[in-house]
Amino acid sequence: MIVDLAIIALKAFLVVFMVLNLAGILGWIERKGSALIQDRIGANRASILGFAGMGLVNTLIADPLKFLTKEDFVPPAGDKLLHTLAPCMALFPALVTFAVIPFGDVITLGERVINLQVANLNVGILYVFAMGSLGVYGIVIGAWASNNKFSLLGGVRGSAQMISYEVAMGLSVMGVLMVYSSLDLQEIARAQGALIGTLLPPSLGFLQPLVGWLPAWGVFLQPLAFLLFFTAAVAETKRIPFDLPEGESELVAGYHVEYSGGKFLMFFAGEFAEIVTAAGLVATLFFGGWQVPYLMRDGFHFPWGSVWLLSQPTVVVLQLISFGIKVFFFCWLQILLRWSVPRFRYDQVMRLGWKMMLPLALLNVAVTAVVIIAAQ
Amino acid sequence: MDFSTLIFFLLAGLLVIASLLVVFLRDVVHCALALVAALLIIAIFFVSLHAPTVGILQIMVYAGAVMVLFLFVIMFLNPAVLERPRALWWSAASILALLLGGLLVPLFFNHEPPGDPVASTELFGSPEMLAKSLFGDFVLPFEIASVLLLVAIVGAVVLARRERSAP
Amino acid sequence: MMPLNYYLILSAVVFAIGVVGVLIRRNLIVVLMSIELMLNAVNLTFIAFSRYLGSMVGQVAVFFVMAVAAAEAVVGLAIIIAVFRQRQSLDPQDMQILKW
Repeated sequence: MIVDLAIIALKAFLVVFMVLNLAGILGWIERKGSALIQDRIGANRASILGFAGMGLVNTLIADPLKFLTKEDFVPPAGDKLLHTLAPCMALFPALVTFAVIPFGDVITLGERVINLQVANLNVGILYVFAMGSLGVYGIVIGAWASNNKFSLLGGVRGSAQMISYEVAMGLSVMGVLMVYSSLDLQEIARAQGALIGTLLPPSLGFLQPLVGWLPAWGVFLQPLAFLLFFTAAVAETKRIPFDLPEGESELVAGYHVEYSGGKFLMFFAGEFAEIVTAAGLVATLFFGGWQVPYLMRDGFHFPWGSVWLLSQPTVVVLQLISFGIKVFFFCWLQILLRWSVPRFRYDQVMRLGWKMMLPLALLNVAVTAVVIIAAQ
Repeated sequence: MDFSTLIFFLLAGLLVIASLLVVFLRDVVHCALALVAALLIIAIFFVSLHAPTVGILQIMVYAGAVMVLFLFVIMFLNPAVLERPRALWWSAASILALLLGGLLVPLFFNHEPPGDPVASTELFGSPEMLAKSLFGDFVLPFEIASVLLLVAIVGAVVLARRERSAP
Repeated sequence: MMPLNYYLILSAVVFAIGVVGVLIRRNLIVVLMSIELMLNAVNLTFIAFSRYLGSMVGQVAVFFVMAVAAAEAVVGLAIIIAVFRQRQSLDPQDMQILKW
């Protein structure tokens, strides 16, 4: 009992540690990457004993120190309690969502089999959406507590955008759930280890040489759902191109205009943690999560017949590296997207969410249902 | 007193405190946040009572959507004048509530030893079981509930619309 | 697992607190929130019984109560907005023009 709790605590600590670290590194990548894209140098002034490390010292040491030592200013007519509570409410769901994302298969230590997922809920995906709904509170309360009309405007826009895209996110995932027949993310990740050839019905046997050798990843079985989910996830995190609630060039800083110092750092860290969470979800639902193509628990089983046996620790390490690479790739993709694409106008954002993505998601569900029934 | 009993009493105490805060705080936004806290604690109770699907749905629907709607309306309306509490009202109502509580609570004190709960399977409360019931025995109420939600949406949009002056 | 009575008593207490809220608060939104509190107390009773009788009907009932409560909150808030536009007040005492 105690050992079980200790293992869960260790997994939770590792996950939070990795998410926050990745959030910090993403801050650096954002500044240096945006500088590369915009053909400028970026932050390079802060240095320790002449070592500036390509902006690492600036972004990872100087900036957090600056944020943490700034004056904590609450607007005089604002609500003190809510002003302090809002950044916590923004950061909490972003970190907690990672509890159901599996980062590996199983580790077998002696007779104990440890599932590499912090919480094995049978309602995994629903938990993710529940935490996404809770993420709205940070915005709404932060906007309200600032006693500032621009802040309130940005906050209301942000929360309306978030709840609209939650609907599109949920419906786009429904197709994936129908294909893999489970709500648990670890089951979905495991089910993506099979080859498409084993899932094809006899009537579609002619497709076997074409696609039968591909692993049954979500992106091959549900491409439209992948596009919809990725767009909706980017809209949830309020990154450009869905950036109007923050509106850096229009609303000053939107709903966190009255925040400075440590509270702003929490909002900032929450936004980057949401990027990591969105990347983790896309990787798990559509790209196999920790799956390496053709890697089973005992080694590689290639479709052309050859088998390459590996020891269990090697398999686990390979799976962890695979998960890390996929998450990192989608984080990088979101950062690239931010600095390449102009921002949508707000009515365009709403129209996209309700009039284009929602019908497309419903269409996806209907077509998936027809295909699944026809294939039986 | 073992661990789960301790957790139950702790959560029960927090729930009662949150409910009291909902009713007795002056600032409406604080009341709304106290209600969110109460809803989250109730969701924890649901999960501990082997109803994880309904518990997560409670967070998603109630705490995540209905209360956000409450907060929107509070922020839009933003009444400038705080209400004046009237001592006679408050004492009369509190006495009535104590009466209600005092009548309800002893009804539930059972003098026989509590029986064991019916053994539940692994699947009890899971989405599969809930879906089986919803689409099996209760499909008619399910469809009626969806019509009800549609009616509510249309009604709310019509009721809250600003009057357009005729040209 | 706690005995059933404990959940029922907790539920009754929260329900009574909700009744207090409806009776004493003079802000329509807080009245509506107290009603939601009462509905949640009843939901807790349903789930407790569902667990102790081993029947899924309790959870299905909670599902429907949640849907109806959401619909009711939406319509109630729309009515509050409409009334506020007319009366510029959220005090139930100011809305007595239908009294004889």
